[in-house]
Amino acid sequence: MLALSGKFEELRGLPEGSPRELLRVTTNRDTPKVLARAAAYLCDTADVPSGFRVYLALEHNRRHLDEISGKAPTAVLPASASFLRDGDIIRLSPRNASYRVLFRVHSNHNGLLLTERCNHYCLMCSQPPRDVNDDWVMDDVERLIPMLPITTRQLGFTGGEPTLHGERFVDLLALTKRLLPRTAIHVLSNGRRFADTRFVEGYAAIQHPDLMVGIPLYSDDPVRHNYVVQADNAFDETIRGILNLKRLKQRVELRVVLHRQTIDRLPKLAEYIGRNLLFVDQVALMGLEITGFTRGNLEKLWIDPYDYRSTLESAVDILAGYRVPTAVYNHQLCVVTDRVRPFCVQSISDWKNEYLPVCATCDLRAQCGGFFSSGVRYRHSDHIRPVVTT
Amino acid sequence: MSRFKAIEEYEAPRADAYRLLPFRFTALDDSSYVLTNIAGEHLVLSNESLRALVRHNLPRGSPEFVELRARHFLQDSVDSVAVDLLALKLRTRYRRLPEFTALHIFVVTLRCEHSCPYCQVSRQTEDVAAFDMTPETADKALDFVFRSPAAAIKIEFQGGEPLLNFGLIRYVVEQAEKRNASEKRDLRFVIATNLALATREILSFCAAHSIDISTSLDGPEDLHNKNRPRPGRNSHQKAVEGIQLAREIVGRERVSALMTTTSKSLDRVRDIIDEYLRLEFPGIFLRPLSPYGFAVKTNAIAAYTTARWLEFYKEGLEYILHLNQVGVRFREFYASVILKKMLTSDESGFVDLVSPAGIGIKALVYNYDGAVYASDESRMLAEMGDYTFRLGSLETDSYEDVMLSDRLLDPIEESMTTSVPMCNECAFEPFCGADPVFHHTAYGDVVGRKPESAFCARNMAIFRYLIAKMRDDSGARRLFLNWANQ
Repeated sequence: MLALSGKFEELRGLPEGSPRELLRVTTNRDTPKVLARAAAYLCDTADVPSGFRVYLALEHNRRHLDEISGKAPTAVLPASASFLRDGDIIRLSPRNASYRVLFRVHSNHNGLLLTERCNHYCLMCSQPPRDVNDDWVMDDVERLIPMLPITTRQLGFTGGEPTLHGERFVDLLALTKRLLPRTAIHVLSNGRRFADTRFVEGYAAIQHPDLMVGIPLYSDDPVRHNYVVQADNAFDETIRGILNLKRLKQRVELRVVLHRQTIDRLPKLAEYIGRNLLFVDQVALMGLEITGFTRGNLEKLWIDPYDYRSTLESAVDILAGYRVPTAVYNHQLCVVTDRVRPFCVQSISDWKNEYLPVCATCDLRAQCGGFFSSGVRYRHSDHIRPVVTT
Repeated sequence: MSRFKAIEEYEAPRADAYRLLPFRFTALDDSSYVLTNIAGEHLVLSNESLRALVRHNLPRGSPEFVELRARHFLQDSVDSVAVDLLALKLRTRYRRLPEFTALHIFVVTLRCEHSCPYCQVSRQTEDVAAFDMTPETADKALDFVFRSPAAAIKIEFQGGEPLLNFGLIRYVVEQAEKRNASEKRDLRFVIATNLALATREILSFCAAHSIDISTSLDGPEDLHNKNRPRPGRNSHQKAVEGIQLAREIVGRERVSALMTTTSKSLDRVRDIIDEYLRLEFPGIFLRPLSPYGFAVKTNAIAAYTTARWLEFYKEGLEYILHLNQVGVRFREFYASVILKKMLTSDESGFVDLVSPAGIGIKALVYNYDGAVYASDESRMLAEMGDYTFRLGSLETDSYEDVMLSDRLLDPIEESMTTSVPMCNECAFEPFCGADPVFHHTAYGDVVGRKPESAFCARNMAIFRYLIAKMRDDSGARRLFLNWANQ
């Protein structure tokens, strides 16, 4: 697992009261002065060039920072930040001497958190919501978007619930379309805000060429869905949101997290989708990530994927029967049935994707999505075994 | 104290009663009922649960309650979107109605070199002038074709044996394509032919103009030749050779076959299916004989009862299920039509099982002599001397005269299953259809009395059979879902 954020070992030249800065990281010592003034130079050799806004060094390279003359700020990164590459974008927060890597140029899993606020309180939330004013998070994203390369292939907007920003969220999408016209955008939202006709019309009016919203639907039973997300009226508003989005020809992905509270009715949910929501663009059936609230609720949530493999197969059969494009996320190939395997995709973001030692000899390892880091650490199926195909 | 609430706290307050959404029900067997709602969702419920449901005693949160709510049979305060979804599904089901008329049948000749006893309409004659459609008549028919608002239009050539008047087929195809250059419809053609007269030249024309071939295949050689006599007694051989040649020249997926069930077929359903398998067809349409034309004259229709045909049908379906179990993919198309209604919010638009009835608005028939009929069966009826469904003539009547005539609109309106006595309360109404021509033919009025209706008996039996099958056999259910979505 990559630690995308952390504390500086040492931060000099940026006193506690100075503002947050978003900087492009570079290792190019020949960066023209005009660009260097807005960049963070990552020192890995002696003979450090001058003229950069900030100088960074991993701990084992900290001695190079001593060479820097003048008043340029310097920061020492922990060894866990060794994944940083030329072109990545980092945020420095002098207030608590911390940093966060907001964008990794070589990754296809760049997700931007737009808020920590949420009107759901899901039993298995991986990013437990906090009811705080975090408009500053949005300020940063609005500064970040213009810095991203126009060649960026995809970008995720996540939260919390991004649509709680209302019109500002729509404006951000419009800005992203103008600045990153060829970037695929994936939004994670509970969909409820789209029940609001004016809001959804504004969203659709952007006419983004490659935008998809992933909306969770946990049951065909409204009560069960509301229970899982711990919110009244959630099911009704989410369904209305989906209907509004599709009425305006917006792309929608349904996301179902599989756990003890959702697994029993999964085939029924698949039928419900086939009869009521056939027009969605895809359905993702997702394995549980053992992080956030899930860890506290593990007792009521955990079921070994191996034990639900035939239920998962029924659901996949039904969705495939209805010709709904279906993908199974976060499942290891050794715990699903043969019929489900072709639906499995390598979905786990690269920075939190791992395998077990036992996987080393598996013939399917290269095709397998592997584990969340949290799964490796806290809980995974008892039936993980190398698959021999020959 | 947990930060998380229990599921019970998300149920509607105890004081809020649930309300029933519109549904119908009928006994499936001694211990259970089948319920259907207006969107065609069905549910099998025990007698006790149905009683509790309608008495508003069904316990909240019980599996039956949850199931009924999720499938929009009942509603309570946690779920206000149910009615909107029902409306959406109903709208989806009827969405093709404004797109009338999609199928236009040109009877290009009544002449035929076959003399099938069950045939409704064919003539054995050398008299070309008397029974062939002329280009002038075809031009007027094309005027009608392109007056239809349908975006997708299919022109089907029928007979007799239409290849006996291939010159006219060629003319109609070329004229239709010429008109379509500006009309821009999704225009398709199909020739219903016994293929005995198919030549490379004819088939090459079909390939060049994307014309589908629909042929007749009644089963293995002996059965087929008994059903379909022609000089030389080689109908089967001609059909099989024609199928192979047509596949090679026109394309495998453009060639389909239809069978007719005669009394001689009844003990042979496996042989018939095997013949379709041998010839590598993806499925079969197990059709009953229709009560028209020579079929009535020669008494072939009386040769077997609905009950006997149902035995034949079920035996065939069981065999097809078995084939699929052992890994041979094969379908039955009539079941597929019904299963689409049962398992999806869509509707195949199959002419003979739809309400409002398909007459005129799903298909129009232009007879060789310029008469316009409401369906293929309507012109067969006319051959028996009953002109009830002759809507007019290309010579004397305008498109409006025909499409707005009481002869067409009255039977459509009077036979709608949502209002016909016994249909309107039937649990199977969402799966069924109106067949005013059949009921008129068999019972003297377009509605008929349903307890006496062979159409009703046949379809009800199939509905029950399919529902019970899906309840009892998960493999069949999975297969049926695939058929429904083909």
